[in-house]
Amino acid sequence: MKYLKNAATLTFDPDRCTGCRRCVEVCPHCVFEMHDGKARITDKDRCMECGACALNCEFGAISVGSGVGCAAAIIRSMITGGEPTCDCGAASSGAKTTDCC
Amino acid sequence: MINLSSVKKKEDCCCTPQKNKNFLARTPEITGQAVKSLSNITRERPEWVTGILNTRSGLVPIVTTEWTRTDRIGQIRSRLGGYRMNYSVRPGLYAVGAPDSSSDVFISANYKLSFDILRRALRGISGWILVLDTRGINVWCAAGKGTFGTDELARRILGVNLAGLVSHRRIIVPQLGAAGVRASVIKKQTGFHVHFGPVDAKDIQAYIRAGYHATPEMREIGFTILRRLVLVPIELNQALRKSAAAALVILIIFGLQPSGILFKSAWTGGRPFLLFCLISIITGAAITPILLPFIPVRSFALKGWLAGAAAMAPLVTLTPLGGTSALLDAAALIFFPLMSSYLALQFTGSTTFTTISGVKKELRIWLPVYIAGLAISIVIIILYKLQSWRII
Repeated sequence: MKYLKNAATLTFDPDRCTGCRRCVEVCPHCVFEMHDGKARITDKDRCMECGACALNCEFGAISVGSGVGCAAAIIRSMITGGEPTCDCGAASSGAKTTDCC
Repeated sequence: MINLSSVKKKEDCCCTPQKNKNFLARTPEITGQAVKSLSNITRERPEWVTGILNTRSGLVPIVTTEWTRTDRIGQIRSRLGGYRMNYSVRPGLYAVGAPDSSSDVFISANYKLSFDILRRALRGISGWILVLDTRGINVWCAAGKGTFGTDELARRILGVNLAGLVSHRRIIVPQLGAAGVRASVIKKQTGFHVHFGPVDAKDIQAYIRAGYHATPEMREIGFTILRRLVLVPIELNQALRKSAAAALVILIIFGLQPSGILFKSAWTGGRPFLLFCLISIITGAAITPILLPFIPVRSFALKGWLAGAAAMAPLVTLTPLGGTSALLDAAALIFFPLMSSYLALQFTGSTTFTTISGVKKELRIWLPVYIAGLAISIVIIILYKLQSWRII
């Protein structure tokens, strides 16, 4: 299953890539593959913007805008002007516990 | 390994780290503290703890790889609703089997279901489980929030003195935790090398046998019908909870008469709309997620709208539920498919493949549509009421 075409914000800079394979290891959608000792993107539309590759790329070759992809959280952030956060992590603080993940 | 019953009698063992060994059991307070903490562990002992291991990192509970009835019921309850918000285990170190200094270390979240799935996957092998404090949230969601994260992992590794417990320098972190854990920083801060294990805990043993190597299949998260089905109860639960207000609004609209609110007309007039409301909730929150790959568009809002329209159109045009008033039919056909669409769009928060950029893009298009649809429906309903009161 794929989501919208050309919506993912994933970018990859092959010049910075050292071929360490971390991105291939962490990506849950096999977006990266190895080619001639370097990583390359197979299909950007498979990217779900979880951010694991960018976080684990020591060489800054990958960037992706990641965040909570929950519609209710995004609508809330549109209203409040903050970053989208789903409130299920706030269980211990006694906050409202509904929605997403 | 120490049997639980014998542990109670042994006053000389204690959970303070090894370095304080000479200091231990010499003063009555410390002995007392040790006995107290030990009796706490044994008294609050959950069924899945089968013993206690005295290690260089202190006393470590030994957990079984079997699931009891309580564990299975817990899984079901946590998949149904709010129960999962308080379904957690104590963070810290646990042992499986009879681990030693060469055994693998598995990192997990303190959501009980995550922990249960991991320990079940370790059947037949020995190892250490280090549970992070993710506030009772599963690995992937917690990684997204950063609670299953680099700082917490480094703190726990140092806190339990993992380097003193095992002779190797390798930890197995679930692959889906990679969104929160920066392996290079863990290496720098703790000396431990992060191996990202497979996506599914059930592949762990095959992963270890292959020399800590995951096949591409083990690295990929799918979204099979089964994975979607287990999410449906929560989706329905949340949507239905909010629908009480919608039902009330429907009853008020239909009950409202120039003479006041009449319960009889609220019920007789409102019944078809209550049913439409229920059907569009089921369509948006259950049918669309289940049929996800079979609805031939990529936009979730559109998927939901198509499913909603496919359910509403025949109901309104072909059954006695519609047909009483052209205005009411129009309002139902405009409003309810949009409601399904909105609920389907909410499901993006639970899938394994949607993106925040994509959801934002959908909202930019569909939020104005939802607001316009709601406004038009309200105007039509007002016209209908005026007509039925013979004002126009």
